[in-house]
Amino acid sequence: MKKLLLLAAFSALLFACGGAQQEDQQSENSETTDSKPEAAASPDGVGKFKDVQIPATLDAAMAEKGKSVYEVKCSSCHKLTDERLVGPGWKDVTKRNTAAWIMNFTTNVDEMLNTDPKAQAQLEICLVRMPNQNLSDDDARHVYEFMRQNDGIK
Amino acid sequence: MNNLSKLGIGLLVCFAAFSFNACKPKNTGSAVSGDAAAKAFVAPGKYDEFYNFVSGGFSGQLSVYGLPSGRLFRVIPVFSVDPEKGWGYSEETKAMLTTSHGFVPWDDLHHTELSQTNGEIDGRWVFGNANNTPRIARIDLKTFRTAEIIEIPNSAGNHSSPFITENTEYVIAGTRFSVPLDNSNGDVPISSYKQNFKGTVSFISVDKTSGKMDIAFQLILPGVNFDLSHAGKGPSHGWFFFSCYNSEQANTLLEVNASQRDKDFIMAVNWKKAEEYLKAGKGVKQKASYSRNTWDESTHSGKHEMLTEVMTLDAVALKDIVYMIPCPKSPHGCDVDPTGEYIVGSGKLAALIPVFSFSKMQKAIAAKDFEGEYDGIPVIKYESALHGEVQKPGLGPLHTEFDERGNAYTSFFVSSEIVKWNVKDLKVLDRVPTYYSIGHLSVPGGDTRKPNGKYVVAYNKITKDRYLPTGPELAQAAQIYDISGDKMQLINDFPTIGEPHYAQSAHADVIRPNSIKIFKIEENKHPYAAKGEKESKVVREGNKVHIYLTAIRSHFSPDNIEGIYVGDEVYFHVTNLEQDWDVPHGFAVKGAKNAELLIMPGETQTLKWVPEKVGIWPIYCTDFCSALHQEMQGYVRVSPKGSNVPLTFSLGKNSSDPKAPGNNSNSDSTKK
Repeated sequence: MKKLLLLAAFSALLFACGGAQQEDQQSENSETTDSKPEAAASPDGVGKFKDVQIPATLDAAMAEKGKSVYEVKCSSCHKLTDERLVGPGWKDVTKRNTAAWIMNFTTNVDEMLNTDPKAQAQLEICLVRMPNQNLSDDDARHVYEFMRQNDGIK
Repeated sequence: MNNLSKLGIGLLVCFAAFSFNACKPKNTGSAVSGDAAAKAFVAPGKYDEFYNFVSGGFSGQLSVYGLPSGRLFRVIPVFSVDPEKGWGYSEETKAMLTTSHGFVPWDDLHHTELSQTNGEIDGRWVFGNANNTPRIARIDLKTFRTAEIIEIPNSAGNHSSPFITENTEYVIAGTRFSVPLDNSNGDVPISSYKQNFKGTVSFISVDKTSGKMDIAFQLILPGVNFDLSHAGKGPSHGWFFFSCYNSEQANTLLEVNASQRDKDFIMAVNWKKAEEYLKAGKGVKQKASYSRNTWDESTHSGKHEMLTEVMTLDAVALKDIVYMIPCPKSPHGCDVDPTGEYIVGSGKLAALIPVFSFSKMQKAIAAKDFEGEYDGIPVIKYESALHGEVQKPGLGPLHTEFDERGNAYTSFFVSSEIVKWNVKDLKVLDRVPTYYSIGHLSVPGGDTRKPNGKYVVAYNKITKDRYLPTGPELAQAAQIYDISGDKMQLINDFPTIGEPHYAQSAHADVIRPNSIKIFKIEENKHPYAAKGEKESKVVREGNKVHIYLTAIRSHFSPDNIEGIYVGDEVYFHVTNLEQDWDVPHGFAVKGAKNAELLIMPGETQTLKWVPEKVGIWPIYCTDFCSALHQEMQGYVRVSPKGSNVPLTFSLGKNSSDPKAPGNNSNSDSTKK
């Protein structure tokens, strides 16, 4: 009986230590990663863009700028058709997602891949994390306009 | 219950005894006390407080460690080729290692010195010296890459280098070996040392914004050995101090013949005065031949140029630039305290440490309180410049660094210890053993006006039993001591690359915020960059073939290339299209008598390959980049010289640009 009690006390001590360590690690993890699980996924994803308003007609100058960003930073992995290369083809991408979602994904890649269900579903298909290509907010808007042009907006 | 608690207490005692035993050091580690581990422990995912820039000695490189953990972060290739990083192998980096002797693949880097503004470390650059083929390198701390290497003419054994003035006005390079000057006839008997051999010290100006180095002037001096140096600071700003040995001017068996005199010298140079003479036109331009190589971050390429003249000043003819202060005996370290008033000369064969006073020295010069001349240079009387001597400090003093509390820390090679003493009253306060035979030591900011006296790091010459043995050749070693209290406390050991000589540390806050993560692809001005797969292509110019190759997770474009012939000069210009931190791609081709490339995001680097055999030659990415890294590969078909296989290139049927010339034209190797 005494021995048992001691053993229990001893293991309690060990567990206490273990528990403390785990807590430590957790608090460190939450300090070093940005990801916070979203309560309910927003159609706009996670990032600085929310409910972005886009005029009905195309801004051709903006689309042209978007095209040059596309050629340097996106075209290696995304075709303009519906064919998947490394990432999904861009045909109809603006019909499947809100402007804010696309602009958040292209500027806030890692957090979106870590938390947004739609982005994660794409990752499961493509299995290559979309690289953060360091797009500025303007770049993202221009690329979105180029996507709209590709989707037939005039 | 009673019994139970007794047992419980007994167990606790047992447990406590056990843990004490576990912590108790067993042998040479006996200097380690209980809380050392906690002081040196940096938890996983946490950052070190300091960057420690450690010279790589005969590795020719510079390594970067964290303090207090001793973790190795990076080995920066400087003077030696590094196949791992393509340094000296890629077409762009070859220029950086080209000298007046041609391409030199190795050197011996002894000392590091961080740039300063107002006598404080500013985190912009770190300098390093090449001992063997005299050069100074400037490393940019935004990229942790070698940005510039300048060769030093009229020099041999560039040892008392690369120390700097308090606003990085100059970086200094001094000769260890005196030699005949480059443009004199060097075909003289070695025994004519006294007539024909000269020492020089070079003042290399550093541009305030670009950092570009230029030899402002060289002082021509009597033939002795200059060993180490340090700038004056505060009141002594405008002066530079060098240790000199071999004042005997021996040219053989220096071990004996250069150890004859009781005193050699600390040489004091009034460089403000030298600047005045230069302005007054007293300088003499001499013919010389030396290289200056600069790295251009926008073209991602090195540029090599040869310079043909160097400005010199005759230190003997111009009487009041240089003075000698007698210093016992074969002085090695020459260190100036944070106030700028005290100059410590460490005679490596002396049994005491002399500390000189800058203000006394100035008075002695004004009063012409000289004991005579040495080869035409005035010699100040020892006592007239002396603040005092540290008595019986230890055996073989080498180097001294300082804290902000008025204390000095001197390394003792022969007695294998660090000794702490008070600069003002010269009393020894504490001593700790090092394992073993310490050379340099380093306090963060320990040679500046603002030391951060938290740690001193010992860089040891002998490792012996400190680590698991690895055959005859052992790791080099450093040891970290906590010096925040009255007693120095050993808290950590860490092995180092090469042979560590001098090292300097900077607080992470002055460097970390400026560290860049990528090169912007839009700003890439490499003449062979392919900014986007649309620009990837293969161009033949005679027997030269330029392949504009792009890399992104996880494919190359193009990845099938035909129409290469045996004997062609093939240039793979690989552009990494990634714009994310920590995503380099590597590049290698089978059989290349070269190295790999390691291409940072947004960068272009070039590998030259001259195929010698017909066949199919695989290329692949060497740096694990994604889940499909193993798929990041391609083929190059090499045909016999004179074959009519046309030049074609492609990237599968999925090329992002179906109209690219040559795409899909090679139906045999394209998936349909």
